[in-house]
Amino acid sequence: MAGDVAAPPASLRPDSVDAVIALLATEGYVCDRRLATALFLSLKLARPLFLEGEPGVGKTELGKTLAAALHTALLRVQCYEGLDVAQTAYEWNVARQMIEIRLAEAAHAIHGEGDRERLAHTLYSRHMLIERPLLQALTQTTSPVLLIDELDRADEPFDAFLLEVLAENQITIPEFGTVRASAPPITIITSNRTREIHDALKRRCLYHWVDFPSVESELEIVRLKAPGAPERLSIQVVEFVQRMRTLDLFKAPGVAETIDWTNALVALNAIRLDPATVHDTLGVLLKYQDDIVRLQSGDTVKLLDELRARALLQ
Amino acid sequence: MIAENIVHFARVLRNAGMPIGPDRVLAAMNAVEQVGLDRRDDVHAALSAVMLDRHEQQPLFDAAFDAFWRDPKLLEQMMLLLLPKISGRGDKAMAPRANRLADALAAPRPPQAPNKANETAKEEIQFDTAFTFSDRERLQRADFETMTTAEFEQAKRLAAEVPLPVEPVRRRRHQVAQNHERGVHLDLRATMLRMARQPQTLAPAYTRPRTEVPTLVVLLDISGSMDRYARLLLHYVHGLTRRYLKVHTLTFGTRLTNITRSLRHRDPDVALQQADALVQDWKGGTRIASCLDEFNRQWARRLLGSNAALLLVTDGLDRDEHGDLGRAAAQLRRHAHRIVWLNPLLRFDGFEPRAAGVRALLPHVDRFLPVHNLASLADLRRALREPAADAASRTSPH
Repeated sequence: MAGDVAAPPASLRPDSVDAVIALLATEGYVCDRRLATALFLSLKLARPLFLEGEPGVGKTELGKTLAAALHTALLRVQCYEGLDVAQTAYEWNVARQMIEIRLAEAAHAIHGEGDRERLAHTLYSRHMLIERPLLQALTQTTSPVLLIDELDRADEPFDAFLLEVLAENQITIPEFGTVRASAPPITIITSNRTREIHDALKRRCLYHWVDFPSVESELEIVRLKAPGAPERLSIQVVEFVQRMRTLDLFKAPGVAETIDWTNALVALNAIRLDPATVHDTLGVLLKYQDDIVRLQSGDTVKLLDELRARALLQ
Repeated sequence: MIAENIVHFARVLRNAGMPIGPDRVLAAMNAVEQVGLDRRDDVHAALSAVMLDRHEQQPLFDAAFDAFWRDPKLLEQMMLLLLPKISGRGDKAMAPRANRLADALAAPRPPQAPNKANETAKEEIQFDTAFTFSDRERLQRADFETMTTAEFEQAKRLAAEVPLPVEPVRRRRHQVAQNHERGVHLDLRATMLRMARQPQTLAPAYTRPRTEVPTLVVLLDISGSMDRYARLLLHYVHGLTRRYLKVHTLTFGTRLTNITRSLRHRDPDVALQQADALVQDWKGGTRIASCLDEFNRQWARRLLGSNAALLLVTDGLDRDEHGDLGRAAAQLRRHAHRIVWLNPLLRFDGFEPRAAGVRALLPHVDRFLPVHNLASLADLRRALREPAADAASRTSPH
């Protein structure tokens, strides 16, 4: 690992907040200035960026976009309960170790203490390790983007394991030693806040709460991600969804749902919002039956009336 | 200059109750250096990225930032400007927060000062809410008496002995096991390590799924009818919180309050005092349905992940005409792995679920623990030891 330090793609690294916005824009990611500042600092100070927010506001997408924009590898850890070191960091190739032993036995190569030591050494050498994303992130020649997705789904012991990786950019393997990053990864952690992440982990990161975007940003996103939609429909969709988020819903729709809905409306050849179309496609936007029933029993009409009052619905 | 200001700003935030250590101050200086001082919103974004770790802290941070960086050169002058501005503003919702901030900005302060400020804060809260909430809600303090030494000893012992109301759950994470245990898996890595140490023998190592106490969320009714039990139950929950870290506690009467952090305090008296200061609806009315509904919306997804169990402590006497308790309970049922209902208010042994609230709740709980006249932790222990009595089945309409 040490020694083969290649220069990170320094030319691509943005050197101002505006450069970050511009960089992400090249990959079609609309990013508000606060998020851009947080990301810029995370790149500059080499600290992980901890993104929290409602599902579907573009947290994971940011990691993917960043990797694409920086032309670097994306290593992704999708978290779930019971996730452990073997699935995320490294695993010993036990089958191969067994074969080594068997071969050594068959060749009658083990005579005395010295041979045994040598064999043990071979068994726990670097090529016997199966690298998983976290270890891979530390052994790249150029800084990769390490995306630890939905950390809140993993259980607490995994948080504790991450501390070493995040703070020191290293992993200690008991049988082998410490692997240090040659090119420190750009780490992005996302959480939907289904549980509180431990303070010790948050302390090592920069924190940013990703909010729902403003009307203008969301419209820009819809234009980029649903290019087939007529302009008027996009405006109606965004205005409708933005108003919907102010209702006391169980789960407000995210940007991802807005895009899905726009695409769904395009597929249905809708050119503008009307109560019947909204009624039929609500399932794309809302994922709780209570919310759908609520919208269908009057709120849809109310929201559409509001749009009409602002002359958005023609 | 800027460094000094950041240090002072951090101190202000710290006094306002945000956990900002020296590491964050250093990071903040670094961050400001990186983004430069050209744009105010950049500095704001940079400092909040470095100094915050919860979304809830944002409003307090924003207020502090606005006040502090208006004129970073003349701090004293700024404070003079700030103090009357806050007290003069008629913004009711901001009043308690602003008072906390004003307190923090006034540092260094004489030891008596915060008490006074707190008193005025209290008065203001009561004044505000007298108009904004229904007349059923009377805001009160609980004023728990502190424990006597004997009580403390007894409570400590009992809290350690009182069994948990929930059974351990099986996790997907594994732990070391003996090979004669059931459901074991072969642990190849550990086996290989043993072989490397002892090549002559093959001694396989095993793991099995770990069982552990699930996250426990306690919803504690602190309305007037539950008043007699509040102190005792809080002591019990405090004991639980000290023993198992994964206990979250929310109180409800007319509103929902999360008191988990104050109960983490080691000393039960301090913990209860802090909880007392947080909760504003002691001995008031009960709006179970709206509180459960709010819990479903605001907290359920944050707290009830990974097989969490819910301990609902209430007498089920709902005074909420508008809410739909049955529906809220059904929704809660879908979030929680298990719901245990502890009802400490049974006046007689032959319990009949007559009250509408009780009837609405009962189909949605897994285990129903009626305690006849809960007077001590010993009673609670007896109740929890009893086998899961007449647990309403899970066949409720979902």
